Amino acid sequence: MILTRLLRDDRGGQILLGSLLVLALLAPVLNLALPPDHPLHLSTYTLTLLGKYLCYALLAVAVDLVWGYLGILSLGHGAFFALGGYAMGMYLMRQIGDRGVYGNPELPDFMVFLNWSELPWYWWGFDHFGFALLMVGLIPGLLAFVFGWFAFRSRVTGVYLSIITQALTYALMLAFFRNEMGFGGNNGLTDFKDLLGFDLQADSTRVALFLASALALALGYLACRALVLSKLGRVAMAIRDAEERTRFTGYRVDRVMLWLFTFSAVLAGIAGALYVPQVGIINPGEFSPLFSIEIVIWVAVGGRATLYGAVAGALLVNYAKTWFTGALPEVWLYALGALFVVVTLFLPQGIAGLGRGLGTWTRRGRREEARS
Amino acid sequence: MPLLSRLLLVLLLGCALTMARADEPVPVPSPFEAALPLLLDSKFPVKEQAIEQLAQTGDPRLEELFRALLAGDLYQLKSNASLVMATGQDADLSVMAVPGGEPIAGISAADLKKITLNNRMRGQLKAALARLDLSHADPGRRLAAVTSLLNDPGGASREVLTERLGQETDAKVRETTALVRALLDLQSPDPRARLAALPPLRDSLHPQVRAALTQLLERESDGQVKAAASRVLRHIEGRVHWYGQIETLFFGLSLGSVLVLAAIGLAITFGVMGVINMAHGELMMLGAYTTYVMQQLLPDHIGLSLFLAIPAAFVIAGLVGILIERGVIRFLYGRPLETLLATFGISLILQQLVRSIFSPLNRAVETPAWMAGSWQVNEVLSLTLNRLVILGFCLLVFALLYLILNRTRLGLQVRAVSQNRAMARAMGVRSQWVDAMTFGLGAGIAGVAGVALSQLTNVGPNLGQSYIIDSFMVVVFGGVGNLWGTLVAGLGLGVANKLLEPWAGAVLAKILVLVFIILFIQKRPKGLFPQKGRAAT
Repeated sequence: MILTRLLRDDRGGQILLGSLLVLALLAPVLNLALPPDHPLHLSTYTLTLLGKYLCYALLAVAVDLVWGYLGILSLGHGAFFALGGYAMGMYLMRQIGDRGVYGNPELPDFMVFLNWSELPWYWWGFDHFGFALLMVGLIPGLLAFVFGWFAFRSRVTGVYLSIITQALTYALMLAFFRNEMGFGGNNGLTDFKDLLGFDLQADSTRVALFLASALALALGYLACRALVLSKLGRVAMAIRDAEERTRFTGYRVDRVMLWLFTFSAVLAGIAGALYVPQVGIINPGEFSPLFSIEIVIWVAVGGRATLYGAVAGALLVNYAKTWFTGALPEVWLYALGALFVVVTLFLPQGIAGLGRGLGTWTRRGRREEARS
Repeated sequence: MPLLSRLLLVLLLGCALTMARADEPVPVPSPFEAALPLLLDSKFPVKEQAIEQLAQTGDPRLEELFRALLAGDLYQLKSNASLVMATGQDADLSVMAVPGGEPIAGISAADLKKITLNNRMRGQLKAALARLDLSHADPGRRLAAVTSLLNDPGGASREVLTERLGQETDAKVRETTALVRALLDLQSPDPRARLAALPPLRDSLHPQVRAALTQLLERESDGQVKAAASRVLRHIEGRVHWYGQIETLFFGLSLGSVLVLAAIGLAITFGVMGVINMAHGELMMLGAYTTYVMQQLLPDHIGLSLFLAIPAAFVIAGLVGILIERGVIRFLYGRPLETLLATFGISLILQQLVRSIFSPLNRAVETPAWMAGSWQVNEVLSLTLNRLVILGFCLLVFALLYLILNRTRLGLQVRAVSQNRAMARAMGVRSQWVDAMTFGLGAGIAGVAGVALSQLTNVGPNLGQSYIIDSFMVVVFGGVGNLWGTLVAGLGLGVANKLLEPWAGAVLAKILVLVFIILFIQKRPKGLFPQKGRAAT
């Protein structure tokens, strides 16, 4: 079966998918079936938080695919995530209908506030869920394709590429901050009411969104795993290790990079689309260069080029962030900063590397090492 | 002739009074003193006569008297019908004799009767005061008087202006007087006078002249005058536009100088050493905070503290830079992406450090007096002094850095290590020491840039963050490892940004410039001025 083939020799992946399955089975029961005062009851707040982490994890997997296996350090993946989020946000905005503050059936509140008389053309079609879903993948993918087409063809790689991806997300942030863009400016899109007719505040909808996130993460993980194991993935790793040599061997390096980069951007867009209905807002802050570089540190903490490490890193760092910003808000930036330094200096392989290092201490680990 | 007889009577009375006081030789009252008592008369025509007579005396005490009269500070003492000046109220009432100015004690408001004015007298007084200012000994006062006439050319008669033009020695005052006279002539009913008034207006940039010409064009019926006036107006507007372009260029260069200052330290660490230092902006922030601390230490010497802040910021930022290099970066040479992440972590730590020490709020850094204000080149062009100073400072820093890299032993070693590390080591260069020094130099320059920035923007924990992307863009656009490229790229991008701003808006202009650079790097990945030869690889 495909699943066994994909997960053979992938202990981390097995653990990851196993725990995702357990979580997906357990969480709805703990949330919906148990009464709120039961000690094992999972509050909707925690459930939504978990769903948010899963979206981040999917985003981290997308970044790991291009950074870990292709050697492209993208400091702009937050932009693809936010674009996917905005596409979903636009659908949710249209679903509000006349329930907004101004009660305009056609225009979102902020447009009424800006004295706009009609819906801009780029908002057309977003009242259909199918169209919005299409755009969730299409817009980030298209941007990544165009950007990558220019960049990889002229062989912009390494640090230069990192800096221009950062400039890309920075430019988009500035643009989305403008009220004239028609995306709500500073405040972004918020006040969502329902999704496909289901109330976003209802526990059952939250559970469904959580399950969708878990499913998306599992599928995204398997898709990336399949890509990595395929011939394309082998070529990608060859490019990462020796770009010139791969080019001279006859591979179309720029095409491999372009397709993987675009796929990764689509994945990031999907993560963003699942993220927005759960947190209830999307604003230009998601485009900030700081967020994009934080994603990279999730991957670095978890361990590059492992995929499951990215998931672990995203969950761990975000849990730490939630804990720190609640308990010791002023310490969080110190901790995050120290994390950047410590991981790059002492843990180049991340937690996954640490795990593997421990593994070699056991006899079985040594055998595995010898086999590979 | 009741008026004349009354006058005579007053004169005689005045003489009698002085004679009665002393037996000394009688001082003949000056025409000024003689006319003063007329102001005490209750009839307006007499008072008008008095003002006329007084104005003709040209006495130096006139101005004070007229101003007091206009302000309603002149009174008649009810007890002896003498003229006094009174200011203040109730307890603060101070009264003094006119003329003379001797204080008179023990007077209350009830003892005084105001010298009343009518509108005609007010007009008389204002015109007399204006004429007084026009012939004032101080050229500055004359210029102020004649400049105020630009708004209301009717405030002076053509004869007075012509007379002043004949006597005036100061070129600037002459020029403005001629302008006022020409503006006055524009209102003349005679088309020939209006036509003759146009040529002197040709070289003026005063907004009042433009307004007067626009008005003239609207109501003018004479075709010849109309054509000439529109020619003159077009000429003037062309010049205004030209100066507007110069102003835009200046603002662009100013923005560019900030970009260059921010990027030039990066040009060393990134360009020469190949190290991506994401904490560069935070080193600038440290420089800005150094300025703030210096001002707190020397609150009475703002200018001095700014000068002291420059070396202090260089040393502090430089030391922090060396610390970063020795503590983190030296373990990461050859792994640029890891360096990027580690220095980003350092930037977060430095930001939070500043937040913990100085509070997350912005701090106010004062500008010394000699940097405040602006240099008024002409009526439509003024250049802000602080921006001008920073533009000069930027060029100075650039020149110094250029000299250090090309004329000193350290510079030679830096270039040697950056071109061929192994060979440099073989020649006895301590490459580790050079690395630390180079990084320290780049960091120190960032600190100095921070001092300059503190004079332009808010000093806060986020100061550095907002410049980091811009400065990387400048370095990459100019060509990595090329100081001249950084200078040209920084100034060029600044000017481009300001040129785009009028029709795109500030934010969109910035976005357009960013997009342009992103596309440019795709086309020429090595920047504007790529390094040639082996050093490039």
